[in-house]
Amino acid sequence: MSILPDSYLTYAKRHAGPDHDHYPASPIIDRAPIALPGGAKLGLWVVVPLEFFPLNPSGQPFKAPGAMQTPYPDLRHYTTRDYGNRVGAYRLLKLFGKLGLRATFAVQGAVAERYPGLVRDVLSDGHNLCAHGWDTDSLHHSALPAEVEDGYITRTLDAIQTAGGTRPDGWLSPARAEGFATPARLAANGISWFADWAHDDLPTRFRTPSGDLAALPLSNELDDWQILINYTRPEHEWALQVTDAADWLLDEAGRFNSPRLLTLTLRPYVSGLPYRVKALGDSLKGVLDRAGTVAVTPGDLTSALSA
Amino acid sequence: MHSDPHLYDFWPYRDRPKITWPGNKKVAFWVAPNIEFYELDPPTNPSRKPWGRPHPDIVPYSARDWGNRVGHWRLMEVMDEFKVRGSISLSVAMLDHHPEIIRACVDRDWEFFSHGIYNTRYSYNMTEAQERAVLEDSIKSVMDATGQRIRGYLAPALTHTERTLDLLAEYGFWYSCDLFQDDQPQPLKVKGDNRLISMPYSLEVNDVITYGVYHQSPRAYADALMRHFDQLLEEGAETGTVMCIPLHAYLVGHPHRIGPFREALRYITSHRDDVWVTTAKEIAEFYRTNHYDQSLADIARRGNARPGTGFNPKGAV
Repeated sequence: MSILPDSYLTYAKRHAGPDHDHYPASPIIDRAPIALPGGAKLGLWVVVPLEFFPLNPSGQPFKAPGAMQTPYPDLRHYTTRDYGNRVGAYRLLKLFGKLGLRATFAVQGAVAERYPGLVRDVLSDGHNLCAHGWDTDSLHHSALPAEVEDGYITRTLDAIQTAGGTRPDGWLSPARAEGFATPARLAANGISWFADWAHDDLPTRFRTPSGDLAALPLSNELDDWQILINYTRPEHEWALQVTDAADWLLDEAGRFNSPRLLTLTLRPYVSGLPYRVKALGDSLKGVLDRAGTVAVTPGDLTSALSA
Repeated sequence: MHSDPHLYDFWPYRDRPKITWPGNKKVAFWVAPNIEFYELDPPTNPSRKPWGRPHPDIVPYSARDWGNRVGHWRLMEVMDEFKVRGSISLSVAMLDHHPEIIRACVDRDWEFFSHGIYNTRYSYNMTEAQERAVLEDSIKSVMDATGQRIRGYLAPALTHTERTLDLLAEYGFWYSCDLFQDDQPQPLKVKGDNRLISMPYSLEVNDVITYGVYHQSPRAYADALMRHFDQLLEEGAETGTVMCIPLHAYLVGHPHRIGPFREALRYITSHRDDVWVTTAKEIAEFYRTNHYDQSLADIARRGNARPGTGFNPKGAV
């Protein structure tokens, strides 16, 4: 006898399109083209998370990537992560300044509270901010009571507003983890765009019971964590993968007459290390030097929803 | 348990006061051979298993012993070639197990600092008395064997307690290699008036990380070392940086790895006009004398100085 109930083979959501109501099926080849600034064919969107990794994480409901690994007090991982906020972020800011690249810094509430000067430096360098949850040990998941999740969201927005002067309307969840209710709670708390889901290459409309969000694309396949840490590839190979992506997307944009986006997450404690930053700089410069390429902001993308 | 060790204050890497190393050098460069002893049948620490397999786990044990029989001599030859003195991260029991290595290092005027007694005895769960015994053993044993008063510490296998750094300060250590938050030294928030600093140890270019975590090739490692150096040299023109290469002869000393490493060391030491090739103790001494107060003043100027000491944010005794 099976340990599975008969209902195991009933399929309530077996219908055309995804098994949820957030967005319909929409093959990218059928989309109306989006418009990028200056009529560019390729937009480069760089996102820099500023994260706080507590020394004493609960690890619930899972341990965030980058969290402490050895028994308490894991000074090794605490300080290598903190290096990002002290040194790596400033190395990236210097690089972006040299390239004239405007990036989006995804700031955790705990970082804004602990290091308000960093938030101010990011803003005074001309970059923009979005919220990135409270810290890497305040993960969003379906078992969170509504008031707890609402608290994570509002406390984060409050802290960034206090440090930076404006209240973010964009969001990236810590570890990109969500519960089923997270998108609606973000919308209900004044968020207009988020970048947690990786379901598309273009910005799309994302329905929630509390109103629509703009879902901005943000690749998980090309970022520093995936290539350098998970795949343990050397920096020059990562740099090559980034420019390969740019070449493919530019060609595709031409063939479909439809601009494309290259999205890249750069963690300061990964990308901002001395031996990595040169390869990163060469790669970003290579992308920006290609004809028809422009660095884009969330504002450029939310006004360009493709479906 | 604390979310923040509270061992140092936030100090953004922008507009810092200028550090100029002796001779107007831009990078202080030091090499840290970890000369370690791992026991074949170590006692249990409930927080960490020393070996993956049941004892005796002969493959990793003998691989490390190889470092003390073969790899060390190969690495020492390469360091001699470029006149680089090591700052040895020493399992203090090595003084007893392999005095021939210690003698060779003393003959070269290499610096010793403590990396615990054995790399298979972890700080987790130690009482204060036990932790003190490790430090006292370290100071006395190295003094007796070499005449050197050790001034630096790297906790065995990077294992700590909340009191480790306070004890280092109390015992007159000058620097800790245990914190990896920066490419410049920084005063640490510890009890008492002794000036304990964090010494950049560049964990990310440690051969254990390169080979054991990132699984890179020897040539990729050499390339990373040279690019790491280039970046810190460029930034060192604004304010002096520190680069360390932490090494383990049982890894870098293998014949397929030592050649590319030698080329990286050749490249770095060919920049002697801009690079202070030195030891951690000399860097610490210079910094404590010339830049310690300047650093604290700059942190305070930015409004980032917090009260209290490590794991003791309120400063209560």
